[in-house]
This record gives sequence, C-alpha cells and structure tokens, in this order.
Amino acid sequence: MRLKRLGELCKRREGLEIRFILIQNRAGKTRLAKWYMQFDDDEKQKLIEEVHAVVTVRDAKHTNFVEFRNFKIIYRRYAGLYFCICVDVNDNNLAYLEAIHNFVEVLNEYFHNVCELDLVFNFYKVYTVVDEMFLAGEIRETSQTKVLKQLLMLQSLE
Amino acid sequence: MPAVSKGDGMRGLAVFISDIRNCKSKEAEIKRINKELANIRSKFKGDKALDGYSKKKYVCKLLFIFLLGHDIDFGHMEAVNLLSSNRYTEKQIGYLFISVLVNSNSELIRLINNAIKNDLASRNPTFMGLALHCIASVGSREMAEAFAGEIPKVLVAGDTMDSVKQSAALCLLRLYRTSPDLVPMGDWTSRVVHLLNDQHLGVVTAATSLITTLAQKNPEEFKTSVSLAVSRLSRIVTSASTDLQDYTYYFVPAPWLSVKLLRLLQCYPPPEDPAVRGRLTECLETILNKAQEPPKSKKVQHSNAKNAVLFEAISLIIHHDSEPNLLVRACNQLGQFLQHRETNLRYLALESMCTLASSEFSHEAVKTHIETVINALKTERDVSVRQRAVDLLYAMCDRSNAPQIVAEMLSYLETADYSIREEIVLKVAILAEKYAVDYTWYVDTILNLIRIAGDYVSEEVWYRVIQIVINRDDVQGYAAKTVFEALQAPACHENLVKVGGYILGEFGNLIAGDPRSSPLIQFNLLHSKFHLCSVPTRALLLSTYIKFVNLFPEVKPTIQDVLRSDSQLRNADVELQQRAVEYLRLSTVASTDILATVLEEMPPFPERESSILAKLKKKKGPSTVTDLEDTKRERSVDVNGGPEPAPASTSAMSTPSPSADLLGLGAAPPAPAGPPPSSGGGGLLVDVFSDSASVVAPLAPGSEDNFARFVCKNNGVLFENQLLQIGLKSEFRQNLGRMFIFYGNKTSTQFLNFTPTLICSDDLQPNLNLQTKPVDPTVEGGAQVQQVVNIECVSDFTEAPVLNIQFRYGGTFQNVSVQLPITLNKFFQPTEMASQDFFQRWKQLSNPQQEVQNIFKAKHPMDTEVTKAKIIGFGSALLEEVDPNPANFVGAGIIHTKTTQIGCLLRLEPNLQAQMYRLTLRTSKEAVSQRLCELLSAQF
Repeated sequence: MRLKRLGELCKRREGLEIRFILIQNRAGKTRLAKWYMQFDDDEKQKLIEEVHAVVTVRDAKHTNFVEFRNFKIIYRRYAGLYFCICVDVNDNNLAYLEAIHNFVEVLNEYFHNVCELDLVFNFYKVYTVVDEMFLAGEIRETSQTKVLKQLLMLQSLE
Repeated sequence: MPAVSKGDGMRGLAVFISDIRNCKSKEAEIKRINKELANIRSKFKGDKALDGYSKKKYVCKLLFIFLLGHDIDFGHMEAVNLLSSNRYTEKQIGYLFISVLVNSNSELIRLINNAIKNDLASRNPTFMGLALHCIASVGSREMAEAFAGEIPKVLVAGDTMDSVKQSAALCLLRLYRTSPDLVPMGDWTSRVVHLLNDQHLGVVTAATSLITTLAQKNPEEFKTSVSLAVSRLSRIVTSASTDLQDYTYYFVPAPWLSVKLLRLLQCYPPPEDPAVRGRLTECLETILNKAQEPPKSKKVQHSNAKNAVLFEAISLIIHHDSEPNLLVRACNQLGQFLQHRETNLRYLALESMCTLASSEFSHEAVKTHIETVINALKTERDVSVRQRAVDLLYAMCDRSNAPQIVAEMLSYLETADYSIREEIVLKVAILAEKYAVDYTWYVDTILNLIRIAGDYVSEEVWYRVIQIVINRDDVQGYAAKTVFEALQAPACHENLVKVGGYILGEFGNLIAGDPRSSPLIQFNLLHSKFHLCSVPTRALLLSTYIKFVNLFPEVKPTIQDVLRSDSQLRNADVELQQRAVEYLRLSTVASTDILATVLEEMPPFPERESSILAKLKKKKGPSTVTDLEDTKRERSVDVNGGPEPAPASTSAMSTPSPSADLLGLGAAPPAPAGPPPSSGGGGLLVDVFSDSASVVAPLAPGSEDNFARFVCKNNGVLFENQLLQIGLKSEFRQNLGRMFIFYGNKTSTQFLNFTPTLICSDDLQPNLNLQTKPVDPTVEGGAQVQQVVNIECVSDFTEAPVLNIQFRYGGTFQNVSVQLPITLNKFFQPTEMASQDFFQRWKQLSNPQQEVQNIFKAKHPMDTEVTKAKIIGFGSALLEEVDPNPANFVGAGIIHTKTTQIGCLLRLEPNLQAQMYRLTLRTSKEAVSQRLCELLSAQF
C-alpha cells in the first residue's frame, strides 16, 4: 500500500487538472486567459504565444488535441476564435473537448449569439462565467440551466 | 457595442475600449493608455472622494490595461476598498482585480484576507461565492493559513447553499494542493464523502474532484467513497436519457460526473465487497453496451460525451487489470475506433490500446490489429496520430511480430517527421535487440538504422551494437562482412564509419581471407573516409589502424607511413597528435608478443540494462516506459512458462560507457564498479583520512530535524534530496518492532551498487538488535525498493542507529547518512490509571535520581490538541482529569525491553504567558527518565 502511495506521490505531486484556459483569435490576440497554476508574467506571455503557434497551424483533419511541453492542449475553433484548455497528459480528452463546447453554449446564451466583441467589451463578465463553470482547475458546474440561472441572478444585482 | 446597448455596463469603460480598438498603431495605443493612466491617477489622488461606481470603473479600466500587457503599479488599494462595498458589481470587480494581479504585498494581503473573512461570514451566498472564488484563484500560502480551517466548516454545514458548497469544495481542493500541511483532516472528511450522495449533481461533481485528490494521498481515510461512487455511477448509467434533466448533455446523462467518478475509482484496487464489485462490473458492461447502440443524435457532441465516459471506463478496466472479459471487450471496441472517420477517435483508440497491450489478458487481442496500426502509420495526416501508432506498435511488439514491426518502423523512418525520428530510432534499436532470434538480423537492422537516419542515431545505439558484437562470437564474422560492405557506399554516415572502424579493428581478420576484403583493402577503405570525419572519429580510426598493425603485419609499413605523415604527427589536435606519436612508437619498438598483448581483442562487456532503454525512458518520462517494460517482461515469462531464451536476457544488459577508444588511452579508466574503496584499498586517499573500515558520510543536513519529527509518529518521509527519497513505515509492539524502509529513485537513471547499511555504535549494539536483508544492488530509474528491518529492544538505550546508503549514480559515487528514528519511546505501552493511583506512584518515585525535569521555551504554537496528540504519539497514555490543574498534561506508560519493564510517569505544565513548558519525567531508572525527557522536550 505504502509503496504505491509513495510512487503516486512522486508522479502526481502537482496534479492540477486544468493548467490554464485561453481564448485567442486567429491573429493571436488573447480574449481570455485564466491561469490555474502559478506563472510569472513573462512565462504567461510565452505560453500564450506558443499555444497560438501550435494550434493555428492545425487543420480540420487534425485531432483536437496537441502535446504541449509536459501537458496537452485540448482546443476547439469557433469562427475566428480558438478555445484552448491545457491539461495533464493523462486527462480525459473528450471530456474537456465537450467542456469547451458546453462553455461556448453558455456564452452564446448569455450574450445572445456571442461574438468576439462581446468578449472584449465584457471581459470582466466572462471571468464570472468561467468561475461558475470551472474553479481551481476543476469542472465546477456542468448544467447550462443552473449556470445561466445563476448568471441572470447576478446580472439582476447590477 | 453590446455592453452599452444592454445598458448595464460602464459607459466610460466601453468608450475607452473602443478608443483602444480604434488606435491605428502601437504608439497611438500607448499614448491613449498613458493619457488614461494619468487621468485615473489624478482621480485616485484627488481631494474629492470617489463614489463606488467611479472607483469600480477606474479599477476595471486598470485591469483592462493590465490584460493588454501593460504594467500597473497603482490602484491596488482602491481595488481592496471595493471588496468592502455592499454592491455586488463593485465587489466583483474588486475581487477580479485581486485575482488577476496577485500581489504578495503583505499589508494588502492582510486587508484582503480581512475582507474575505467578512464575506465568508456574511451568510450572503453571492458574497461567499466571490470570496471563495478569490481564494481558489489566488490559493497562496497566506490564504491557506487564514482559511484552511474555516472552509471545511462552510462545506459541511447543514445550512450552506448548494452553489456555495460547490465553490467551497473546490476552494478547499486548491488549498490542499498548494499547502496540504495546512488543511487539517478531521470529522469533516467523512461528511465530505457523503456528499457523493447529495441530491444536487453540481455538488457531487465538485465533491468528487475534492475526494479524488484527497484519496490519492490518504486512500485509507477515503475508502468508503468507493461504494458510494459505484452506486452513484450505477444510478447515472442506468438512468433514462431524460431523467437527469439539467445534467443531461446531448442525451448523455451527466457525462462529466461519470468521468470524475470513474477517475475516483482509479485511486483504488477493484472493490473487495462482491456486491459492490458486481455492481461496478455491471456499470462498466452497460457503458460498453451503450457504445454499440445506435446514436441518439447525429451531433458530434453526443458521441464525444458518450465516448468520454467510455474511454474513462476503459481506463478503469485497464487500471483494475483483473477482468479478462472486460479487457477483451474494451480492446474490440477500440479496434472499431481505429477505423473511425473521426481523427480524434482514432488517436484516442491508439493511445488507449497502448496500455491494453501491456496487460496479459488483452495483449493478444491488441496484436490482431497490427495491420490497421501499420496502415495508420502510413496514411494518417496528423503527425501526433502517427506518433501514437509508433507507440502502439512498440507496445504490441513481441517475438512473433518483431521482424514485421521493426521492418515497418524502419521504412516509416525514411519519411518520418524530424521531431520523432530519434525516438523511433531508439525504439527500433531496443526491439531489434530484445527480440533478436538471429543476431545477423540485429546487425542488419542497426546498420540500416544508421544508413536511414544516421543523424538521429545517438551514441548509445552504436555503442550498443558494438557491445553485442563483442559479446557474441557467432555474429562477429557476419558483422565484419556487413560493415565492410556498408562502407563501400560512396557517402556513408559518420556513425557507420565509427561502427565500421571499431568492428574491423576487432574482427577484420575474420574476413581478411577473402581477396575482396584483404587487409590492405580494408585499410584503404577506412582511410578513404578518414579526412571527412570529425576528430573523435579520427581518433577512433587511429586506434583501428594500430589494431590492424597487430592483426595484419603485412600492412604495418603502410600504416606506419600514414602515422608518420605530418598531418598526423603534427596535427593541431592534441589527442590526434598524441595517438599518432604513441601508436607509431608502439608499432616500432614493441615485439610481436607485446603488440599482441597490448592490442588484444576487447574482453566481453559486463551485462547490464540497455542504456538505450534508459535513454528512451529519459525521453518519455520514466513511468510510461518502465511500466510497459516490466509488465511485458513478466508476462512473457508467464506465457512461456520458463525463463526467456538467451536473446531476451541480453536486453537486460548494457553499456558501461564504452569510450570510442580501443586502448583506453584517451580517458581515465572508469572507476571500478563495486563499493567505494574500503579496507584494504591501499594508498587511496579516502583511506588515509579515515580510520574506520568503511567510509560513512557525515549525517545529512536537516537529518536532526527529520529525526525529531519521527519521535511521535511512525510513518513519513525521512530523507529526500534530488536523487533519493527515503520513506518509513514502522510498527512496534512491546519490545519488538518492524520498520519498512522505502528507497525511491527519483531520477530516470538507475542506481548501481546500491548498499544501505545499518550502523549501531558500540554503546548501542548490546541494547538494540537490528536485523535486515540486503537489497537488490540495482535500483531502476523511477523505481522504489523496500527493506524490512526487524527490531528488538534488549535494554534501554540512548543513541539512535545510523542508516548509511552508498550507491553509484551516473559516474558519481553517492554517500548519504541519516539517523534512523528508532527511539526508546517506541517501546512504550500506554497505561491507564486513576488520579489516586497516579499520585501514589508519583510519590513512590520520589528518589532524586528517578526524576528528571526540563524547563524550556515553546518552539511551536502552544495548542492543546496538538500537545495531546503528541503525548499520545509519544506512546504513553494521556490521563484526563488527573492533574488538579486542567491546563497540565499527565501521562503514564511502561517501556518494554527484553530484560526488564520500566514504569514511566510524565507531567507537562505549559505556561502560556511565558510561552514555556516544564516537563517532569519519573521512572525507576535514571537513564530512562533522562532520555525520555530529552526526546519529549524536543517536540514542543
């Protein structure tokens, strides 16, 4: 028992699930960056550029997953926007791929046909949406109905 | 501008964002930003107090500027002020600013924590949510210190709103990840486990993540989560697609929760309770069955969600590795995906099958898909998919299909992407060696490797082929012939010249009988490559030439001419010049006998693990490759019902750094393998300074502290540096004990000559008996070995034994010593007694030699509960309501040794004001009182 635990400790010591979530447009402009791991500002900028470089060269025939440093990026493209989630290599790819879509459907509902500009002008609200659905690098809530209900409630407080 | 049109935004902010978007150049943007910063600064500094709305707006603008990539050096205070606003929108912007621009300014942290504290206590779910999200985002140690005790209460309180529970669970998870030591385990853990039964699936989703992480590190404590998770999962997978309403995603019931539950179950072995186990098997079967049903929707979301659950279920099946039926079904399902039109599914199927290949139950089933996988290698457009195909071919390879797989990999190598060539080369080299039935095939394969991808053939690979040829005389003639032929090519890779030079230098005589490869022809062929090669290769060739002088006396004059030429004797490179001079001299002065002795054929290399494998592990990370290799080796032994035939055993041998130097002139000889110089080592430096027989390192730094930590506990990590981790687990009963020592190799390289030694001083030896068996001298990279020490306490003792560990890592010798925490108090048996008895005995032990007292300053916070736990951990009974002063602690117990039993009474009197303790020990033996007092004093 002990043996296994020590071994797993070494392997999983920093077992965060989501390392970061990025929304970028094709030109590489960041529309949302949510970090679940400590990086300094220079490192963040480097990550943003690297993610843009690996994701934008891929086409529709490629998978939605790409190895990235010691992690992997699960991404999905919606019109001109790339939604990227960086997770551990042994995490469940399809679960995150659909988590992205679930998130996009919530944004779409919340902003009534979301477009890139909504994310720019309401950047501070987008963070609220993210926090309702993802927290501490984990999936927090998956029900669109529940998330939207909560968002509308918060909206009414404004 | 949608924000404005909705009428709820901040108009000033929207205007500012529009302005920035309209800037035509970077310069214009910076100008506009500086103008805004000046404006905000003046507003913040102005005499007029800003209202909440303006403050919010300006802080939000600063945040926007920061997110554009500009530095922000003010506004933090205003953001903190917003935290105490009563308006949600103001508070939200304040928290957002703090979360995005974390600042370790201690003054601010205090204010922030204060605001968070107020919000947590506010009973307003919205405010509590904001506060929890902020803690979860920042997750700093300061926050953990402030809130790690509070959040579990919020989480399990009966009146907490569901949404707050969700946030609290994940917030706690974040704090546990960053500062596990600050999150106290307690009653709340069992209540958290029961959140798996919660009606609100969002709460279950969040709680499952928390429990999974906690269970990874405390499996015993969260064992009950297994049956709860199974029944929850069972309810989900058997529900109709509309039962779960909000949580049904494209006709799939609660896919993310299902995935998380399946992950939680992967922290544990298969359930022991047959009912639970049966129910879980049913769930897994249902999931596999659903994969065969026609889809309920054509949308990709439907199939993705369904398959997310399926792949996680397969992971669990592989993790359990105990149900052959499920494993084979999983394999068949993945086989269908291998030909699916979705690239994602093909990729995931290849990846997942890779682990299935290492299970003895499914290995054969995986092998049936070989043609499909080879086809994937040839036709997939995405390099990452081809990479997975290579991985899978490697994993499914065994003796039956090795020739085919190696041939396919070789032919793929011709066109493979540069990024994965080196890895494929390593894999081919390993497979060729491991499954070689016929070594001529092995030699051909490696030479082909060099021909096709010479640049990617690392030194390990060509070292290895030389070792194998040297160690196997049946292949030497063939190898010489083959390299000779390969060298005929007009352009050949330098690595081939190295292999060719080395092998002909050793075994060129075996083909010299053929006039087409006479000594002179061999020499001319090699020398024709000489000028195109780098210095190390030329050095190697010079050694080949001097070997030729011995092998073929008839070419001696030709070679001497070459060595004598200015380009050799006066070569600008010192190494080349030295070799030329020495070899020339050697060939001139030495008799034939001496030449034959000096230039004798290389002796066989000692057999060790392949260094190529080590290199691959390093490339891929130790866990993946090791696991695969180990399980595969075990399996093949099982299946064949006997030890592997010769070729496989050679796979476990390896490269003792064969320098490219035949004579060993270039470098110092490798240090002899074996323990460090010990007694009888003669004039070695270490011995001169040491009078003990074996050289033991001084105690590792910090070892004292670690030692003290084990006085009141039995398990944990005793020592850790960059290479090695030593863990302990021990149990004691009366005067006997057993300690399990776990040595973990944290590197990807193996430790050699690994020798732990237990050392008892002369004073200690008669009082403490330690018995153990030696451990395996080789510790693989990433592996852990265990050593059991049986302990017998003969009589009371003071010193602690020392554990000395010596091993070889890479080229260096490592020597570590730590004190082993076997202390007298481990042999305590607690004794319960009433107040009257206690004081009666206390009085009986009133002889001054029997009492030892120590007054000392508290080194840790004076916490009653912690103190109680330490006294119990120390081994004595903690006697409640014995001392008239309730603030004092008293304890009693008996120390068991083989020869005698010693009754002990103790009393600890804390003085909170002075932050001091007085500890009094009374036992029938002075030395025991003394030692126990020392040990226990160091704990507070």
